[in-house]
Amino acid sequence: MSELVLAGLLVLLGALALVAVSAADLLIAAIALGAYGFALALVWAALGAPDVSFTEAVVGAGATTVFFLAALLRTSRRRSNVPNPQRLVALGAVLAVGLVLLVATRQLPLWGDVGAPPSTHVSPRYLERTLEETLTPNAVTAVVADYRSYDTLIETLVIFTGGLAGWLLLARPR
Amino acid sequence: MIERHESVVVTTFARLVIPLTHLFALYVLVHGHESPGGGFQAGVILAAGYILMALAFGREQLDRHVNERLCLALASGGVLLYVGTGVPGIVTGSAFLDYSALPLPLSPARARWLGILLVETGVTAAVAGTLIVLFVRLADRDPDA
Repeated sequence: MSELVLAGLLVLLGALALVAVSAADLLIAAIALGAYGFALALVWAALGAPDVSFTEAVVGAGATTVFFLAALLRTSRRRSNVPNPQRLVALGAVLAVGLVLLVATRQLPLWGDVGAPPSTHVSPRYLERTLEETLTPNAVTAVVADYRSYDTLIETLVIFTGGLAGWLLLARPR
Repeated sequence: MIERHESVVVTTFARLVIPLTHLFALYVLVHGHESPGGGFQAGVILAAGYILMALAFGREQLDRHVNERLCLALASGGVLLYVGTGVPGIVTGSAFLDYSALPLPLSPARARWLGILLVETGVTAAVAGTLIVLFVRLADRDPDA
């Protein structure tokens, strides 16, 4: 059953991605991209990753769409024409990268494999000791904000500096 | 300049939804220890509430609540709160971002629990401030804004 739902969601993802890249009206493309983010959030939820799903829903489906719409306000809704040779080069590059990724995927451990390195390295330590050491039942929160706090600090700094850079770029000269 | 939306349906709906959005953001932040979510998601939801306010009631209304200076202060303050929570760890000779070194009469586990809440609050402020400022700058076409 859950495999069926997952397969349906993945087909939906592919369809929405195609709409997003092929729509002549960029407003439709932006909305399709938002729907794509929402479908992706459902995929994460179906895979048992509610925290990732939550982030994808608020950022991928919500914030990104609003920012694309705001950007569209400043430009045109129409797609500009790209000459055919460039299109073919782009298509070739996308297909080549896709093929490489597909081949690389075969090397990844199976999803849910308890013997895989991600499940045997530090994960058991976190899962066993989180509640005792941090009184936090949601191990994801404890890992993100305590055990791997450096990563989260740098992420926050990236968002902050990225936002500042965008703010400075968008500031108009008087 | 983002103007107030003309439709009464939009403004009434927004008036109803904005407080709930902000309440939900607060819930996602403080309940991050127990349920999915945390500082980052809470920050985006908080910003979404203010972006809805700008879209429904116009830029002036948003500026009455959070103007650009406040957003930038919020964003920088959030980053400082995060870094500041990590400093006691260095001072006491432990490690940067070791929350159990917080100078409070708490058990080490409870101090780490509090430290998580503090840094998540910092992330919320940083993300919300950054997103609001970026959105206003991106969407607002007024040359002298």
